[in-house]
Amino acid sequence: MKGCEIVIEALKKENVDVIFGYPGGAIMEVFDIFYQSPIRVILTRHEQAAAHAADGYARASGKVGVCVATSGPGATNLVTGIATAYMDSIPIVAITGQVPTAMIGNDAFQEADIIGITRPITKHNFLVRDVDDLPRVIKEAFYIASSGRPGPVVIDLPKDVQQASTEEKCPDSVEIRGYRPTYRGHIRQIKKVAEAIAKAEKPVIYAGGGVIISGAHKELRELAEKAGIPVTTTLLGIGGFPEDHELSLQMLGMHGTRYANYAMVETDLIIAIGARFDDRVTGKLSEFAPNARIVHIDIDPTAISKNVAVDVPVVGDVKTVLKELNKIVGEKSHPAWLAKIKEWKKEFPLSYETGGGMIRPQFVVEKICEVAGGDAVIATEVGQNQMWAAQFYTYTQPRSFLSSGGLGTMGYGFPAAIGAQVARPEAVVFDIAGDGSIQMNIQELATVVINELPVNIAILNNQFLGMVRQWQELFYDRRYASTCLARRKECPKICNEPKPGCPGYSPDFVKVAEAYGALGLRVEKEKDVVPALKEAIASPKPVVIDFVVEREENVFPMVPAGASLSQMMGGMA
Amino acid sequence: MKHTISALVENRAGVLARIAGLFSGRGFNIDSLAVGETLDPTVSRMTIVVRGDDRILEQVCKQLNKLIDVVKVLDFTGKEFVGRELLLIKVSCTDENRLDVASVVDIFRGRIVDLNPKSATVEITGDEAKIEGFLRMLRPFGIKEVVRTGRIAMARQIEKK
Ligand SMILES: Cc1ncc(C[n+]2csc(CCOP(=O)(O)OP(=O)(O)O)c2C)c(N)n1
Repeated sequence: MKGCEIVIEALKKENVDVIFGYPGGAIMEVFDIFYQSPIRVILTRHEQAAAHAADGYARASGKVGVCVATSGPGATNLVTGIATAYMDSIPIVAITGQVPTAMIGNDAFQEADIIGITRPITKHNFLVRDVDDLPRVIKEAFYIASSGRPGPVVIDLPKDVQQASTEEKCPDSVEIRGYRPTYRGHIRQIKKVAEAIAKAEKPVIYAGGGVIISGAHKELRELAEKAGIPVTTTLLGIGGFPEDHELSLQMLGMHGTRYANYAMVETDLIIAIGARFDDRVTGKLSEFAPNARIVHIDIDPTAISKNVAVDVPVVGDVKTVLKELNKIVGEKSHPAWLAKIKEWKKEFPLSYETGGGMIRPQFVVEKICEVAGGDAVIATEVGQNQMWAAQFYTYTQPRSFLSSGGLGTMGYGFPAAIGAQVARPEAVVFDIAGDGSIQMNIQELATVVINELPVNIAILNNQFLGMVRQWQELFYDRRYASTCLARRKECPKICNEPKPGCPGYSPDFVKVAEAYGALGLRVEKEKDVVPALKEAIASPKPVVIDFVVEREENVFPMVPAGASLSQMMGGMA
Repeated sequence: MKHTISALVENRAGVLARIAGLFSGRGFNIDSLAVGETLDPTVSRMTIVVRGDDRILEQVCKQLNKLIDVVKVLDFTGKEFVGRELLLIKVSCTDENRLDVASVVDIFRGRIVDLNPKSATVEITGDEAKIEGFLRMLRPFGIKEVVRTGRIAMARQIEKK
């Protein structure tokens, strides 16, 4: 069999039924086989979108997402998507064409050292120089991507390797001597966790993306309920614990709820589960959780004691470990602690100002939640839109919130929504977007129209790079440098005050949508928000809704970068 | 604090770049690095000497372990091990002081491997203290050039599989 045929055979064997890709000279062999194969090929309009779509597919389904691109510029266009998946531990396999082996290193046409470029942003990568290695490499790539702490894997395939023939068959199993992830936590350590929980008076569970990746939402809920422990999640952990549960504190960290952050400050025991103590979560490290012992359950030993010294480490798969823990953990309740949290919740609920005539972006998010209901998949862009989507939508299901947490990639949400819609054709899928971010991959409107993917895009259009503008307002004396997207030549050089007479916005998103053949709606009044959302969901077409919102709305509460979690601004109702 | 790390790695293209990347990405300068095949030709051993904060180095060792191509990592810090380095040293010597050079070389159990009217090339192996001492004694004669292999190391006990 030829190398290019091996690729398709191996993909079938891995149960891949769809790939996201973009062809070019160095990968034509592979696309030529796709042409007549049952595997569905979604042709995106930019390779970056193919990588994000594979990522969104993986996050929404739990399967490995696959993207395919040509050498050189095709491969480098994947880079942002690969880095995004790497930071959030998302299993994708990216297959890139490469110039023929004899030309590698010669600055050949469309040659880029994608193996070198992606080395620090992949879990592993392979340059296949010998076609005999190819069946094994693809098997290993899928295994590495999806096992242990998942992550992206790149397979770089020189053109001559795609053309060469081999007798080797796709193997059924893999054995990699340098790679043996630990799934079962050490039972002695798990016992210590149970003991720590038994002693704690003010415990809190801090759950991250690992809960979703390992499919441990049920086990997490069982633990929380059995031991009476409130649960806060990271951005990536959203959906790992139902936010309408009375033990839910929702998200913590820089834009977390006041009650989640207060709980982290006062707690005497943090049980970190599949989370990595990111700086957006801990705030100032020296003042993080001053009174707490720390338990950390994670499959990645390098995540443990990286930023914060851990008292009880447990290396293992979150689900496997929680199952064991739930068997031995004692039933408990913490009435005083929970009463305190209840008080905080009552005193400091997430809230926003109303009035002023303009639509509030938070209101739009609340209404999307109401109208789309519990089964929708929400992807986000990056910035204020992302934080409001995290704060004001009530998530109850795992894999229902897709967001670039680690890398914070603008332009992620729309292609990720495409991947989610492909993975879950029946689901209502929204991309909650900013007017800046959406323009980073807006060309994918062609992809959704042509593939009849009814993705809905809700643009919270503040005519600003809102999150950066917020920092300028708060920390740079309102100097709105390069953040006003309505700014034109005629504007004064220094303008820190948007007014009603500001120049008109470009582009007209409704017309853009229409030009691509999608449905475009513009909403300027609060009363029109719900009808527009209903129309969008009912429409079989992809829909772009341009919500013209309050321009200088801010995301609160906010822990300024480098401050302690107790130093929150805003959000005092 | 100086650390001697010994890693068993797949004997494949690209592995060195991965390992070097881990160190350079965290701002560590590698003092020395020695690579060679082991009894199993598909596995190489890398002996890396690096200076740095203990906690960060522990993290780097974990990260090394996490690399797919790394089979095993040992940090010899605080453990019993034999560490050796091979040096070639070109030192000035003339008719007047050749015997003095030869006697220093002799005391340190080095060997003169090449000699010409103006200089001698000396080979020596040893641990860090011996090498430092040797270089100190040769310096007055005028050291022209030093080439070092970097440290290789072996645990005193038999390695557990
Ligand atoms: C690719 C990329 N470039 C730049 C940034 C820095 N950045 C973070 S948020 C933000 C503003 C986003 O603006 P918009 O999409 O309009 O969303 P808003 O904050 O207004 O909701 C920028 C520029 C980023 N995260 N990603």
